[in-house]
Amino acid sequence: MKDNLIQYILGIADNSLILGQRLGELTGHGPAPEIDIAITNISLDLFGQVRSYFQYAAQLSDKDITEDDIAFLRTEREYVNVLLVEQPNTDFGYVITRQFLFDQFHYLLLSALQQSTDATMAAIAKKSIKEVSYHKRFSADWMKRLGDGTKESNQRVQQAVNDLWGYTNELFMLTDADKQAIAEGIGVDVTLFKKEYYENVAAILEEATLEVPTQAFFQKGGKEGVHTEHMGYLLADMQYMQRTYPGMKW
Amino acid sequence: MSDKKEQKKNWPLWEVFVRSKNGLEHRHFGSLHAADAAMALENARDVYTRRNEGVSIWVVESKHITASNPEHNGELFEPANDKVYRHPTFYDLPDEVKHM
Repeated sequence: MKDNLIQYILGIADNSLILGQRLGELTGHGPAPEIDIAITNISLDLFGQVRSYFQYAAQLSDKDITEDDIAFLRTEREYVNVLLVEQPNTDFGYVITRQFLFDQFHYLLLSALQQSTDATMAAIAKKSIKEVSYHKRFSADWMKRLGDGTKESNQRVQQAVNDLWGYTNELFMLTDADKQAIAEGIGVDVTLFKKEYYENVAAILEEATLEVPTQAFFQKGGKEGVHTEHMGYLLADMQYMQRTYPGMKW
Repeated sequence: MSDKKEQKKNWPLWEVFVRSKNGLEHRHFGSLHAADAAMALENARDVYTRRNEGVSIWVVESKHITASNPEHNGELFEPANDKVYRHPTFYDLPDEVKHM
């Protein structure tokens, strides 16, 4: 039961970890200093949440491990984030679209997780949801600005929506760890708000004068540890310091 | 036309005022670039209140602020220099009076 809870925690936290890392890559490279700071803030919010989850997971574990071991010393197949969050920062349109598609999900997830029978999980969700409400506002605002902006910005963000759309369905797939956590009252059944998610997303895309993709083919694998080719590079970057100088602190 | 072109290239400048606590006044914190008022507020939140500095933000586009001309500083401000009697420092205050 404890092992399952740890696995369930990773299923939530790895999304924030990998997305936070992707956003962190943009530090100093944002399109304007103000947006650079905004994106870095979001990245730090996500890492803050990840620390709470991983500290809890480390505490639950029978092994003598810390939050850092969980974050930095797993192999690629042991990360269970969805494929959406590991997709690269192709351009600002992709950065915002990836954020938007995830934030809309993240918000609904945390809303429900606040009712978890596990007090720690409920508390982390309660603390995180304020941050995520802001992320959600930021990314939805930018979807509208880009979609309803110039012809160029509209085309680029539509391209990003079309390309990333195929990764949205995986958000709602249930792993074995999910199913068991749901049965125990700890976990959230994300399939219950799948319809609401796509309705919310479609409403904002429409307001942004963007088209809702109609494709029926969806990618999956991340939740089972099978990642896209981008993941290895991301991890190499993220794990470099801990692997080169094990146990380093500053 | 050239003004429009310029706007496309550069976001206009905004001045940011933050009230750090209820009951205190808004103070000028700095400036930033943004495409419109809504974005200026969002940016101000991210740039100036990320370390818990504020409870309220005002933004105003810099071009709407009329400033005194530094070249006129002589006539504007110097005449006040030798008028010490305009400071209420010539009274003996009883010890019982506080907060003066």
